[in-house]
Amino acid sequence: MNSLQTCSSPTLRTNGRTLLLLLACVVLAGILSLSLGPVSLSPGEVLSALAGRGDEASLPIVLHFRLPRTCGCLLAGMALAVSGAIIQSVLANPLAAPNIIGVNAGAGLSVALCCALAPAAVAWVPVAAFGGALAGVLLVLAIARSTGASRLTLVLAGVAVSSVFSAGIDAVVTFFPDSLNGYSDFRIGGLSNLTMARLAPAAWLILAALLAALTLAPELDVLALGEDTARSLGLPATRYRLLLLALAAALAGAAVSFAGLLGFVGLIVPHMMRRLLGEEGRPLLAGCALGGAALLTFCDTLARILFSPYELSVGIVLSLGGGPFFLWLLLRQRGGRLV
Amino acid sequence: MIELKELRAGYPGRTVLEGVTLSFLPGQVLALVGPNGSGKSTLLRTALGLLPRQGGEILVDGEALETLTPRQLARRAAYLAQSRPVPNITAGRMVLHGRFPYLSYPRRYRPEDYQAAQQAMKLADALELAGRPMPQLSGGQRQKVYLAMALAQDTQTVLLDEPTTYLDVSHQLEVMAAAQTLAQQGKAVVAVLHDLCLAMRWAHRLAVLDGGRLQAVGSPEELYSHGVLNRTFSVTLRRVETQAGWRYYYQ
Repeated sequence: MNSLQTCSSPTLRTNGRTLLLLLACVVLAGILSLSLGPVSLSPGEVLSALAGRGDEASLPIVLHFRLPRTCGCLLAGMALAVSGAIIQSVLANPLAAPNIIGVNAGAGLSVALCCALAPAAVAWVPVAAFGGALAGVLLVLAIARSTGASRLTLVLAGVAVSSVFSAGIDAVVTFFPDSLNGYSDFRIGGLSNLTMARLAPAAWLILAALLAALTLAPELDVLALGEDTARSLGLPATRYRLLLLALAAALAGAAVSFAGLLGFVGLIVPHMMRRLLGEEGRPLLAGCALGGAALLTFCDTLARILFSPYELSVGIVLSLGGGPFFLWLLLRQRGGRLV
Repeated sequence: MIELKELRAGYPGRTVLEGVTLSFLPGQVLALVGPNGSGKSTLLRTALGLLPRQGGEILVDGEALETLTPRQLARRAAYLAQSRPVPNITAGRMVLHGRFPYLSYPRRYRPEDYQAAQQAMKLADALELAGRPMPQLSGGQRQKVYLAMALAQDTQTVLLDEPTTYLDVSHQLEVMAAAQTLAQQGKAVVAVLHDLCLAMRWAHRLAVLDGGRLQAVGSPEELYSHGVLNRTFSVTLRRVETQAGWRYYYQ
């Protein structure tokens, strides 16, 4: 083993330990999510119910209410955090995130249109969300490229695109009031009333996009070195930039299709993981998947138990906790100069 | 070897280079010099196909540039870009990126990749930085790591856009010595340099660009006699003979 391999090993070991710790957090968050709520269940009761041997009270609670919701939280958290990490790396912009540059809002508008115009086509909702998210990300990318935009201009363009899409969602809901069940939940982000049937198409899309993103992580690393360097290393930069942004759109779109317009996960989790794991693609994306899943699931459990039997939308808890946390992160990092 | 024939290049609606014919010869360090905006970086970027050319011909080892895939080209010519982002990874991992053109899926590094990266870091005097995160390095140290990444590509042609920027004098000399070592190994090395004295001391040949046109190509002695550098830079170039050969300075 030469000295380069030797000095890479401690980093790999530290990253491995961090990822194992994050996996433990995901398991813990999952168990808490299945156990806690208006009716508290012991881990033993949860396990029995999952094995189909629970009593009459716990069985439907776990299988019909909490399991779809927990799976939804894990998947949406994974998808949004990984989507944010990809978008930030590809656009070389630490302020970019699916909810900031119009990706979530684009997906939201498509979901609203799909539910209004074809209410029976439930399976197509994630595909429509992907289309809307992709339109959002490509629009912002086109604005950035045509104007040679700075990082700040890119974010401002994203905010403008996001506002236009959000106005579109409001217009659709005004004309078709029944199109989005639990409209406020959708706007803030929430995972109540989720069923496995509604979750399944988005889940497959998320898992496939996640696998593709992890496979393309080395390309993401090379793209982060800048266009000229990436191309001089033999990477067709434009093609891979579009491919990776399409994956980010698929992840964010699929999450929005069942969880609504959740903010902050796609922004703060990649920042947290960069500090914990560095910026090398594979550990970073794996860390974002685990960290996002754990954070969203934990916040959703909090949203359920904080004012039980009343329930908050998970988006409220995320914003209340995530906002101050991100401000703290901004102020700590490089004396407040993140960009 | 890269050959440019009657090259015309630039940006949409703006031609920067016109009628440039120039060869990057194996075993030589070629310094590209010229005032700001004379087209030095444009020439390097166009030679690698990073900018589309507007006319003329580019041959890489006798083959037309457009017939090579990006991967094939990356195995023949390495490039140190002017813009150098600083990702939060270790210097060692950064240099390993130079092996990207040789990796197939799932893009795992092989022992020979580690070997090549280590040799490149040794040549660029960056080996002791291998385990340190890039953001913690000084500007000069980062420069060395970027140079090592380009060398890890193990190509016959190495194009360096301002490789001595951010470096103190001793490190500038180290970079130029590394460039000469590469030339001694038979590689064609091309460097955009702003320091005329450094270029005159270390390069085998200089190409002088001004206003997008190639004004002259030749050895330092030839260009000194020609007087083209005095006209191009509006300076008076002088030289003194030392035991190690001619040393140049300007007034």
